Amino acid sequence: MASRGIKDRVAIIGMGCTRFGEHWDKGADDLLIDAAYDAYESARIDPNDIDAYWLGTTGSGVSGLTLSEPLKIPYKPVTRVENMCATGSEALRQACYAVASGAYDVAMAIGVEKLKDSGFSGLVSAKPPNDGTPASMTPPALFSLLAPAYFKKYGLDPEKGKDVLTRIAWKNHHNGARNPKAQFQKEVPMEVIRNSPKIADPLGIMDCSGVSDGSAAAIVVRAEDASKYCKNPIYIKALSFVAGPAEGPLRQEYDFTTFPEVVATATDAYKQAGITNPREQVSLAEVHDCFTPTELVLCEDLGFSKRGTAWQDVLEGFFDLEGRLPVNPDGGLKSFGHPIGASGLRMMYEMWLQLRGEAGPRQINNPKVGLTHNLGGQPGRCVSFVSVVGSQVG
Amino acid sequence: MAGIVSYGSYIPYRRLKRAAIAEVLGGVPGKGEKAVASFDEDSVSMAVEALRDALKGAPNATINSLFFATSTPPYAEKLNAAIVGAAALLPAEIRASDMTGSIRAGLSALLQATDAAKATGGYAAVAIGDSRLGAPEGRIEQTSGDGAVAFVLGVNNVLAEVEASASATREYLDTWRSQGERFPHSWEERFALTQAYAPLFTKVIRDALEKAQAKPADITKIILDAPNPRAVDEIVRALKLEPSKVADTFALTVGETGAAHASLMLTSVLSASKPGDRILVATVADGADAIVLRVTPAVAAFRPLHSVGRMVESKGDVSYGSFLKWREILPTEPPRRPDPERPAGPPMLRSEKWKFGLVGSRCTACGTPQLPPQRVCVKCRERDKMEPYPFADRTGRITTFALDRLAYSLNPPTINVVIDFDGGGRFLCEMTDCDPEKAAIGGEVEMTFRRLFTADGVHNYFWKARPKR
Repeated sequence: MASRGIKDRVAIIGMGCTRFGEHWDKGADDLLIDAAYDAYESARIDPNDIDAYWLGTTGSGVSGLTLSEPLKIPYKPVTRVENMCATGSEALRQACYAVASGAYDVAMAIGVEKLKDSGFSGLVSAKPPNDGTPASMTPPALFSLLAPAYFKKYGLDPEKGKDVLTRIAWKNHHNGARNPKAQFQKEVPMEVIRNSPKIADPLGIMDCSGVSDGSAAAIVVRAEDASKYCKNPIYIKALSFVAGPAEGPLRQEYDFTTFPEVVATATDAYKQAGITNPREQVSLAEVHDCFTPTELVLCEDLGFSKRGTAWQDVLEGFFDLEGRLPVNPDGGLKSFGHPIGASGLRMMYEMWLQLRGEAGPRQINNPKVGLTHNLGGQPGRCVSFVSVVGSQVG
Repeated sequence: MAGIVSYGSYIPYRRLKRAAIAEVLGGVPGKGEKAVASFDEDSVSMAVEALRDALKGAPNATINSLFFATSTPPYAEKLNAAIVGAAALLPAEIRASDMTGSIRAGLSALLQATDAAKATGGYAAVAIGDSRLGAPEGRIEQTSGDGAVAFVLGVNNVLAEVEASASATREYLDTWRSQGERFPHSWEERFALTQAYAPLFTKVIRDALEKAQAKPADITKIILDAPNPRAVDEIVRALKLEPSKVADTFALTVGETGAAHASLMLTSVLSASKPGDRILVATVADGADAIVLRVTPAVAAFRPLHSVGRMVESKGDVSYGSFLKWREILPTEPPRRPDPERPAGPPMLRSEKWKFGLVGSRCTACGTPQLPPQRVCVKCRERDKMEPYPFADRTGRITTFALDRLAYSLNPPTINVVIDFDGGGRFLCEMTDCDPEKAAIGGEVEMTFRRLFTADGVHNYFWKARPKR
């Protein structure tokens, strides 16, 4: 029994991504068509050359028909997948394994979410009929549980803690301001972030990711076939995914300053990719900054910072676009927006641009290895995904 | 002789200052304050609080019948007593009934339960809760308060014997509320005072004293509960009762707690009574009941878990605006979030002990308590090695917390806490009876049974944490 990984066996040969944001004039169908055709064109491939599809969406449709119907995909396998906010990454993982296994030659992973039609604030998810006892907390409240626990454990007074969270949101807006596809393309002054209306103290509205519509897609082939389609593909070094046993809400040992699921996926992915020192070896990372405390904790779980020190790295600019390890150079969920099913593939889209030197004003100098991290759920009860990708085989 | 074996009482945490009403609506500011059920409380949930205490005071009593009394039943059709029994973890094999329609239902239930105990030789439980809603600017809004009380009745280990009782019932129009109406109406006061309260009160009190072969002078403490305080004054005069013997009605601190009130006063008197004391308790509304009790030596060893006095002191204010919102008298714009969904019948039945009784599980292989109850142990992963493990009476400490300003609530922000129970077990739930600025890591909490919300006419009851009272 082992998680062996598929290092360098699969390559991404084309990607597409819509602008994320409030697409009042577009439904999920339109977003899927736009992202899929963007990807076809990127790979210079005919739609008929795709052998199989994996579609990720949490609530913008059910079954493969959600994709095959608007795109008129003729009699091909289309699988709808769902894994909460890691849905887009899950679609990619399935497509990669499908071509690696030899079952198909060319596969597309595509994710979509149309959130702005609900009429509600924030995210809304349907629950199966239940006994009325599960806590009905909103996502910002669930993730805000991290803040007091982290502050207390590492001796940050609430003001200092708020500085750290504010700095994370400020950085991601700084990056998003350099991204023409981001939902929010403006830098935001720290004071505005700090004083934004409270949603789940200490989180204000500016500590939360953007509620957004959007779609993103990737086309994958076996690495040995990549040169047929593309001069500079990117290579999958590692794919790791876990669903946790949801112990956090049940066991006193869990202290709300870490995501054990993220530690598990990071450990697995680094082993697959042969990374021994992520702080030094990872050139850039797209991580799941659904709320600012999440990014803070993730940077420790992913091994970018030692336990209890990510807050110092944040304040010192270590994760800035110009820092030693840029985190969320595309603006992250905070500024690029978070159309759930698309987000994991949007993270990969930034790897596609950065590793190929196509990221424009936010291009990082000569990146070699990129990491995406995507999670769904709540602290102590979540699913987590980590990928490592690179511009070269080996 | 049958009588009271144990008792418990409950006064909600929130207080509405009567002057706060006048600040909004004008008029002469009333004196004192009244206890008000929080937005997540009702007659059932408060009765559960009182009954849990009463049952703890009689740990060896096997209850065979339960009487729930209130003038404000949450369900018009569906047995409210069944909810009370489930939350108090009473066995399924009991008689249970709701007694309602009048604030007299409280003493009626006490008498029924006494008869049941006498007839069966076993133990009967009474749980009385009330949360009457007077229309703004009205007299009932001023005088009423919310609260609950409960008794265990039996023939053994009795701490106050029911020596005698007398009842009278007459049809007269004084206070009424029809199906579908929110607020009670009242007839002009002099009519009921002269034609009903005074004569009926006098009659039942005289009859009860006579049956108990007692003179007013033999009575140590007199508890008189009437919708109109003037009826009390008149009866004190008419029967030449000693004013110092008349029990405090908590008018300035709690208010008149409807069906619970006479009994609530009784528990307060009992907690200060001595063996040999004789207590008269009487209530008048749609007729009248009077009971004479004799306190036994067993009273000396009995200590209520939450005395009325302590509950009166444990309090926090609510503004009149919030109160009107809680009672949905003042409509407000709903949040841009989905309405809560009604809980489903089959899962509620499957998890009855969990949902209503807060019974989790404990792994017999590794000893880890866990909630909700699990089949596979969260620690050692053994399957189906669990035993039931009740959490309702356990205290815990806050490990971390969240203030949710986005969630649907009549009282935002919702405070959510991660609790680590003393003795093991962790739970993520709402915290109530707490101001948001007081939520803090390390805070000590206890569990309380509440009505989370109502959807499609289904009241969703479950447990929350509250700061230890």
